[in-house]
Amino acid sequence: MTAVAVQQQPVHVSRAEARPVPWSRLTAVELRKMFDTRSGFWLLASIAITSVLASGAVVLFAPDDQISYRVFATAFGFPMAVILPMIAILSVTSEWSQRSGLTTFTLVPRRGRVIAAKAVAATAVGVVSIPLAFAIGAVGNLAGSALAGTELIWDVSLVQALYIVLANVLGLLVGFMLGVLIRSSAGAIVAYFVYSLLLPNLFGLLAATQEWFRDLQPWVDFNLSQGRLFDGGPNGDQWAQLATSGSIWLVLPLAVGLALTMRSEVK
Amino acid sequence: MITVESLTKKYGGFTAVDDISLTAGPGRVTGFLGPNGAGKSTTLRVMVGLTPPTSGGAAISGQRFADLPNPGTEVGVLLDASAQHAGRTGREILSIARHTMGLPAGRVPEMLDLVGLSEAEADRRVRNYSLGMRQRLGIACALIGEPAALILDEPANGLDPAGIRWMRDLLRDYADRGGTVLLSSHLLNEIEAIADDLVVIGQGRIVAQGTKSELLQASGTVARTPRIEDLARALVASGLSARTTADGALHTDADPELVGQVALHAGLALTELRSAESTGLEEIFLELTADTQREGAAA
Repeated sequence: MTAVAVQQQPVHVSRAEARPVPWSRLTAVELRKMFDTRSGFWLLASIAITSVLASGAVVLFAPDDQISYRVFATAFGFPMAVILPMIAILSVTSEWSQRSGLTTFTLVPRRGRVIAAKAVAATAVGVVSIPLAFAIGAVGNLAGSALAGTELIWDVSLVQALYIVLANVLGLLVGFMLGVLIRSSAGAIVAYFVYSLLLPNLFGLLAATQEWFRDLQPWVDFNLSQGRLFDGGPNGDQWAQLATSGSIWLVLPLAVGLALTMRSEVK
Repeated sequence: MITVESLTKKYGGFTAVDDISLTAGPGRVTGFLGPNGAGKSTTLRVMVGLTPPTSGGAAISGQRFADLPNPGTEVGVLLDASAQHAGRTGREILSIARHTMGLPAGRVPEMLDLVGLSEAEADRRVRNYSLGMRQRLGIACALIGEPAALILDEPANGLDPAGIRWMRDLLRDYADRGGTVLLSSHLLNEIEAIADDLVVIGQGRIVAQGTKSELLQASGTVARTPRIEDLARALVASGLSARTTADGALHTDADPELVGQVALHAGLALTELRSAESTGLEEIFLELTADTQREGAAA
């Protein structure tokens, strides 16, 4: 442990050849950082594991006459809606909670680039893992109908599948937004559950009791708009509602979070 | 070359760093000293862009840190060896740094070898590292991009005596090859052994700066004689300062030649006469920082 540096050449002084860290490299590094700890690895592995468990549960417990691909897609939808946002939250907050940001942000002082690379990496994980879950569900559907001796039913169209991917990516980005805004693992995870479990109930209660809110709700309730993506896809008006509610509950807080992150001290 | 110009950082009404200017030049080790809470770490953090300054700023070879295209290849930074994801292995942390800077894969084993982390240690998770091992890993991260300057906050913390010696040799060699080293430390003996230039701060202000020999010379003279009280009276009678130290020696601000002459005129036999260099840094440090504390109390 006492090796002494035996380097004869002089230390580099001029660095004319220094080039900015390219986007592709930054994104690859951020992607790697999502997998390279035990917790990160198992969080990602749990996507596949819960999809298998959910499909298995459908095969075992669903009534034979109800086995169809849609049932499988719904079964793995819930673990996805929880795990993907957690991955996105931790990819951001660990820089603060684990304090690795001291290194990350001195190697790349433009924090916006690091955050953007994280957003791309997290979205990529979502975009890849949901088709994986679909594939596991498809195997479940084949096995389930073969075991039950019923007809194979493929009742999720490609467009519907893409809507489900979009809905899950939006959920993941909600987690990402909360990570950027709160910058603490525990705080952001609690906030996510408040956001996804408490807020929809509050809106529902408000709509049920307040006449004036009933027409307004679709425009401001992001969860409601997201739900339409799972139910076969929104119509024209509902796309606009998704855009407005998404601006209020995703884009605006993300902008605030980014502004705070740019100025905050990394301790 | 690292320069800091008129740097001020305020937190609400509290001024953590107050109008600090300093330069760390190539080929030299610059020691940054000060008591706890003096603003050392804040200054270093502003230099590398982690903390926004209230006014003033810092530059690395004339460029703002945030404007460096690939900072890891220009400045090696180690601010807190424990600030790493505890679940990553040492090798993984080095690999991430290597990948970010776009360096060849061979740099990782080279650096592990340089800082004396074995293959087995490199594959352990950082949560199981001792502070000394974390410091070695941090030094490896700072050096992996072959930077021309190093900014290190308390790098000797947690190292054993052999490790401290190793760190000293490493940094000396690095500076001798033309590198710029700015390091903060509480370990005054360590700073005294390695630094060429010193910057002392107290309560956010610079209280002394210069080369080590300049600063230590100013610390005066230590003299011994069997009749210590007589020598003290003779010095005071000549208009010089004099105080006895705990170990029975006499300390004065005058230079050794003058003290010798005063002793000769007073007919006193000296048993020891030397400039206070060997114990100087601690004396200076306590004296200078005590002054800022008194100013703080009076304000």
